[in-house]
Amino acid sequence: MVNAWTVASVVAVVAGLVGFFVVLRGSAFVAHAIPNGSFAGAAGASLVGVFALLGALGIGLLGRRGRHDVATALMLVVMLGLGALFVSLNVEYAPEVYSLLFGEILGVSASQLVPTAVLAVLCVVVIALLYRPLMLSSLLPDVAEARGIATGRMELVFLAVVALATTMTVPVVGTLLIFSLMIGAPAAARSFTDEPTRALGLSVVIALLIVWAAIALSYQTNYPVGFFVGTISATSYALGRAWAAWKRTAKIAHQLVPEPASA
Amino acid sequence: MSPTLAAIFAPGFFTSAPVAIAASVGAVAAIVGGVVGVFTVIRGQSFAGEALGDIGTTGGSGAFLLGAGALWGFGVAAVAAVSVMELIGIQRPRGRDLATGIVLGAGLGLAALFLYLDTVYHNTTGATFTIIFGSLFAITSSSIPLVLAFSAVALGLIAALYRPLLLSSISPELAAARGIPVRLVGAGYLLALAVAVALAAFTIGTILRSAGRGWPVSFFVVTLIFAGYLLAGLLRPRRRAPITSLPDPTAAPAQS
Repeated sequence: MVNAWTVASVVAVVAGLVGFFVVLRGSAFVAHAIPNGSFAGAAGASLVGVFALLGALGIGLLGRRGRHDVATALMLVVMLGLGALFVSLNVEYAPEVYSLLFGEILGVSASQLVPTAVLAVLCVVVIALLYRPLMLSSLLPDVAEARGIATGRMELVFLAVVALATTMTVPVVGTLLIFSLMIGAPAAARSFTDEPTRALGLSVVIALLIVWAAIALSYQTNYPVGFFVGTISATSYALGRAWAAWKRTAKIAHQLVPEPASA
Repeated sequence: MSPTLAAIFAPGFFTSAPVAIAASVGAVAAIVGGVVGVFTVIRGQSFAGEALGDIGTTGGSGAFLLGAGALWGFGVAAVAAVSVMELIGIQRPRGRDLATGIVLGAGLGLAALFLYLDTVYHNTTGATFTIIFGSLFAITSSSIPLVLAFSAVALGLIAALYRPLLLSSISPELAAARGIPVRLVGAGYLLALAVAVALAAFTIGTILRSAGRGWPVSFFVVTLIFAGYLLAGLLRPRRRAPITSLPDPTAAPAQS
């Protein structure tokens, strides 16, 4: 249980960080395709990393500037096709599908702790080193290009970071959990605040809260963790949107009220 | 049979009834997929198609739990997913993927719950694999009318929406200015996409049934598609500005 708690917290921090840039760059499909494709290709957990990296490279190289949804879809189906081939060659693999897809976080062993932590630190270090150019090229790609940042190379590096996060998380928590965290938490955070650094911090906090609540609820009710992570993520986004809408109407009301007084 | 054909295809390939069903259903799915897919690529909604397919898992497992038909589950899940995606209602391509992602995350979360409950109440551990890998939708020759009805619905939707859909796919602003209900058209298109995805799932299920041994058909399908895409990229005449990469005037740097 303690292992599950620790691993989940590490995963949440990485998902909050990497996911923030995923949402900023509008790469939700990539964040879905890389974990999903790599899980299908893995006839054992050891191949997840190889598939994730190859998929990320394929998407980066095939995709044209700023638009890679078709390339992403193609890489995803190619990886899934290879996965179907491997599954058909190795029948005993079937029961593992559920655990790779939805995760078995409550069954995490102590031996999985160290590699997960090492990969997590690597992810955080890469993001920290690239923080400013990555932020600029995500928010204003044209300005970044004008300032001499190779946005194409930045894209590849970013995809590699997503692949790295996938390698570390899929064998432990499953593709569904990592995807929900990478999308739901940062999307909610961005509805709460416009300031990038604050949104990044908030994204990590929300991801941590989601995971902790999900594990506690799952422990209480015996329902799968993935269910709670998926629904709480979506709920947090709905709350974020409601908050943004409420603030907007409050602002408009605030602007409207003094007007009749001054007129 | 000519000797060349005999060398390529296994004996009895053309006389096998399952192969005939798979080939006919596959042909229908290919036609519908080709028509709907053009708009998917123009609109940049590949992710929505993929998500609708995945959400079929939610519908399938939910229907299995209630003892209803898988197709009903799929239909209800697809319509619900399309409605929520449109409700979130972000029109920028970047944000649209985000809405899809939120719906997909919640849908897969529900699927996890349903699959768990399935194994608890129905005591069937194999259900997960069946539902995820499509043989759930396996059909016999008696269901071919159903497949035809499905494809007619999808093609009919596209035909009815053709001109407004094309305009609002290429230039949403122009379409809105001309009084086209862009979001309604978008929702209608997503429904057609959901039907096309259901058909594809049908086909995969059928093919899985007919190809009991050997390499899976889906592997060959994706390999051929991928090779075709690479070939098309090589042969493509150099154009200055392909339609698909027009600058998006609504892409504001700040968030919505």
